[in-house]
Amino acid sequence: MNRFSYMRAASVEEAVREVAGDPTARFIAGGTNLIDLMKYDVERPDRLIDITHLPLKGIEETEGGGLRIGALVSNDEVAYDSRVQDRYPLLSSAIRAGASPQLRNAATTGGNLLQRTRCYYFYDTGTPCNKREPGSGCPAAFGRNRIHAILGTSEHCIATHPSDMAVAMAALEALVHVAGPNGERVIPIAEFHRLPGDRPEIDNTLERGEIITAVELPAQDFSRNHTYLKVRDRLSYAFALVSVAAALRLDAGKVTDARLALGGVAHKPWRVPEAEAMLSGKAPSSDLFGKVADRILDGAKGYEDNAFKIDLARRTIVRALSQAAEGKPQSQTDKRIQ
Amino acid sequence: MQLSKGLIGTPQNRVDGRAKVTGQAQYAAEFDTPDLAFGVVISSSIAKGRIASIEAEAALAVPGVLDVITHKNRPRTAWLDRSFRDEVAPPGSPFRPLYDEEIKYSGQPVALVVAEDFETAVYAASLVDIAYEVETHMTDLDIARREAYVPPKKRGGVKPPPSPTGDAEGAFAQAPVKVHGEYRIAVEHHNPMEMQASTVVYGQDGTLTIHDKTQGAQNSQGYVANVFGLSKDKVRVISPFVGGAFGLCLRPQYQLFLAVLAALELRRSVRVVLTRDQMFTVGYRPMAIQTISLGANPDGKLQSIVHDAVQTTSMFEDYQEAIVNWSNLLYHCDNVKLTYQLAQVDTYTPCDMRAPGAATGVTALETAMDELAYAVGIDPIELRLRNYTETDETEGKSYTSKELRACYQLGAERFGWSKRNPEPRSMREGRELVGWGMATGVWEAMLAKTAARAMLTLDGRLEVSCATADIGTGTYTILTQIAAETMGLRMEDVTAKIGDSSLPRSPVEGGSWTAASAGTAVQKACQSVREQLFKFARQMDSSPLANASIEQVAFAEGEIRLLNDSTARVTFAAAMQAGGVERVEAEEKSSPSFLDAARYSGYTHSAIFAEVKVDEELGVVRVTRIVNAVAAGTILNPKTARSQVMGGVVFGIGMALAEESMLDHNLGRFMNHNFGEYHVPVNADIYDIDVIFVSEHEDKLNPMGIKGLGEIGIVGTAAAIGNAIYHATGKRVREFPITLDKLLE
Repeated sequence: MNRFSYMRAASVEEAVREVAGDPTARFIAGGTNLIDLMKYDVERPDRLIDITHLPLKGIEETEGGGLRIGALVSNDEVAYDSRVQDRYPLLSSAIRAGASPQLRNAATTGGNLLQRTRCYYFYDTGTPCNKREPGSGCPAAFGRNRIHAILGTSEHCIATHPSDMAVAMAALEALVHVAGPNGERVIPIAEFHRLPGDRPEIDNTLERGEIITAVELPAQDFSRNHTYLKVRDRLSYAFALVSVAAALRLDAGKVTDARLALGGVAHKPWRVPEAEAMLSGKAPSSDLFGKVADRILDGAKGYEDNAFKIDLARRTIVRALSQAAEGKPQSQTDKRIQ
Repeated sequence: MQLSKGLIGTPQNRVDGRAKVTGQAQYAAEFDTPDLAFGVVISSSIAKGRIASIEAEAALAVPGVLDVITHKNRPRTAWLDRSFRDEVAPPGSPFRPLYDEEIKYSGQPVALVVAEDFETAVYAASLVDIAYEVETHMTDLDIARREAYVPPKKRGGVKPPPSPTGDAEGAFAQAPVKVHGEYRIAVEHHNPMEMQASTVVYGQDGTLTIHDKTQGAQNSQGYVANVFGLSKDKVRVISPFVGGAFGLCLRPQYQLFLAVLAALELRRSVRVVLTRDQMFTVGYRPMAIQTISLGANPDGKLQSIVHDAVQTTSMFEDYQEAIVNWSNLLYHCDNVKLTYQLAQVDTYTPCDMRAPGAATGVTALETAMDELAYAVGIDPIELRLRNYTETDETEGKSYTSKELRACYQLGAERFGWSKRNPEPRSMREGRELVGWGMATGVWEAMLAKTAARAMLTLDGRLEVSCATADIGTGTYTILTQIAAETMGLRMEDVTAKIGDSSLPRSPVEGGSWTAASAGTAVQKACQSVREQLFKFARQMDSSPLANASIEQVAFAEGEIRLLNDSTARVTFAAAMQAGGVERVEAEEKSSPSFLDAARYSGYTHSAIFAEVKVDEELGVVRVTRIVNAVAAGTILNPKTARSQVMGGVVFGIGMALAEESMLDHNLGRFMNHNFGEYHVPVNADIYDIDVIFVSEHEDKLNPMGIKGLGEIGIVGTAAAIGNAIYHATGKRVREFPITLDKLLE
């Protein structure tokens, strides 16, 4: 761990200015990931800009009938907000599927989107890693890769994004509001995280100095037919091997709108709009779900330890779609899979 | 002599519970001392080779950095291997931290950065630049096993496999029913909550007071004295509380060496604490590959047992445990062949981990027995009863006691085993397949030579002391119970002192022997105090006990009372005053009776029943119910005993489903070295655990009939769960942990 200085930002503008002008500076909010990474010597910021006192708190109604979640709202505040529970139960469920109450109380909405991969090699400075040290190599591809990606990988990196929350937000087509040196902009969540390609050190499309101010959930109704199904190596407190956020709208027994996002399988929440479109106008059936799953997993590539994830993902997609279609979302307390 | 009944065998709260939950209990890294310096360990990133260079200038230039100690500048230590060999070291050449430039395993400590404060040491450590000359390493047991060997020198305390009997291979070939399988158990790390830590307090008189995280204060003391050439009376090791150990702290770990080295070099107090990832650079339960062949008659009677095991060890020590020794203890068979081999890999030496040997070997054996039950088509309990042995057939001895039949029976009743449909895949609840499986558990009941002191003072308080440890097992509590009951005092009048090398001699706390060994020593010391006290009471002027013998009195409520006339009584205080003493003290030893050891074998037994619910489509397993029926002689404290067995069962659930230290063979390094990715069970994984203590009369091992409970809870548990998974799904997984991918195929 390196030595660093600390300052508390008084305004969004100040925070942006401090980080934009100093490549060694990092924002810190809940710190649930950054502090770990600093202890492991993976992140070595010279300066920490504390943003916890910025006015980015609270969950507000938007003019369009959606919700705007401040970047500093804690994960559990979001999960247990009655408006989120009523209108975006998928998001509430996904958040509760992750971490522990202690972590969810400390972790923020913005920070959750920015958490870094749990790849063993990324965390271990005693090993090469292209994400940590560009050009050093990717031992995961030929090493232990149980928890690694099967979709959208590159020869440089096979890491996954670990968030549950982001997977639900991807399905809900959330909008990420950011402020930066060049003003404010809105990034659709599908364009927020990126694939590793030949620049695996870059996780997302934020520019230097840009800060997440809020995440907006557009008005939409997926409150009846949805589920967040997370499959992992123990029944709680483990990152997803595969997770599926499924949201459907049904009319007269036919699907009118479908959203599906996968976690634990790629460098970003994985969506395939063409696969979702296959459901439109059709009656739910496991046969159809299987075809949708196959479309989503088209091109999936397994490695030595994680090849099983392709089959597991297919099964999880089918089950999640059945849960959603039946209006029986997965409980996050009863560990029996419905 | 009659004991006042009432405390032994009753559920009692932990006497140290309040101190623990209120944070009053101090652990090794929590002892503070003036002028304390902090050491941070730098670990090797390569598995084999040489340190080419260490650039420490940048680190040394940081204000507050006191030293960067490496193999190049370390102070001299002992020369002989013997000096580095601790009480429980396996044969070989013990690892010497910072000894030379050679790297023997990934994560090996290569430098210690010492600074005025922890943060400075951590920062400075990040500035040390180490270059290596890499050599080819090998960590893969599948390759190393080609050069497997029978360890030429046996490890003390570990029985080698018994000699073959009959013609196991021939009998197998002719057996009408055969099962044969290869079983794999992954590497596990102990992962106690408390990290390895040592705080060395440097005395100006040259003495060292060391707060070490250890299961053996005197083992650490002896190690430090031998390695650093110090007289034992200059080294005191204190370890009153241990935050989980599971065998990892039996041997001194390298943080102790480094902290002492730095303290002696800098002539000041030093603390070294390992990080969680460095907890994967110390001992572990080795990976083992086992093959078992069971041959039986159509009625299930075993005709042949062949059990072979090969297991990893380091390049420098032959770590050994008893993996294959168990079958003929549980089952009658005339043709038995058991072999045990080691294979060297470039990792650190493995280390005893809860039920070392048995957890590995019995898991395979009891899985194979389940396979045999299906092969012959009889109930798994019935199969075990048909092959039940009343004698230890490995040594031709009787058991001191063996209520295993009662374990099967009472466990089955509590579990509802009779309602089981034996057909795999026959039980279902909603989407989930339900499986019921069972297995047997067995562990040695030992007594290790241990001394204890008892001291009664005029104020009616009793202190009992022994150098043993309480690693969360309840040792403080049971010693208090035994002392209070023996002396006729209340538990609150008794203080137990342990975890200090200056106390009466004790071996390391392990092997499930502590309750029996330290308990017996405390009882004997208290009895000795009673005798002295009684002598004083009889000698009083006009003593009401003048004509009594010690058999005719009871010690109760701080008094000595005549059994047949309770008005005839002398208080302890009056007796002491009559004797002109302010304290009565005695030190006694417990030691195994060699006469009995030649005739009898002592073992703890259990029957474990598991219910699993399996979502077959997704491979998700829930262990919804465990019943563990244990026969372990006298249960001193059913409350702490139950906790111990439950903890063992949770360990077993981890072994069955989750725990695996993943080696990257390209790097020779364990990769999932944190609690996020090394999965131990969490609360959500644990449903009902029902512990039954089967009544067992034990009168040969020790006066109170204690057998010990530290390990028995894990033994057999993983097999019972694996067997339940087979019953649920029809899939036999012989590779532990049974992660969900193994159920998807």
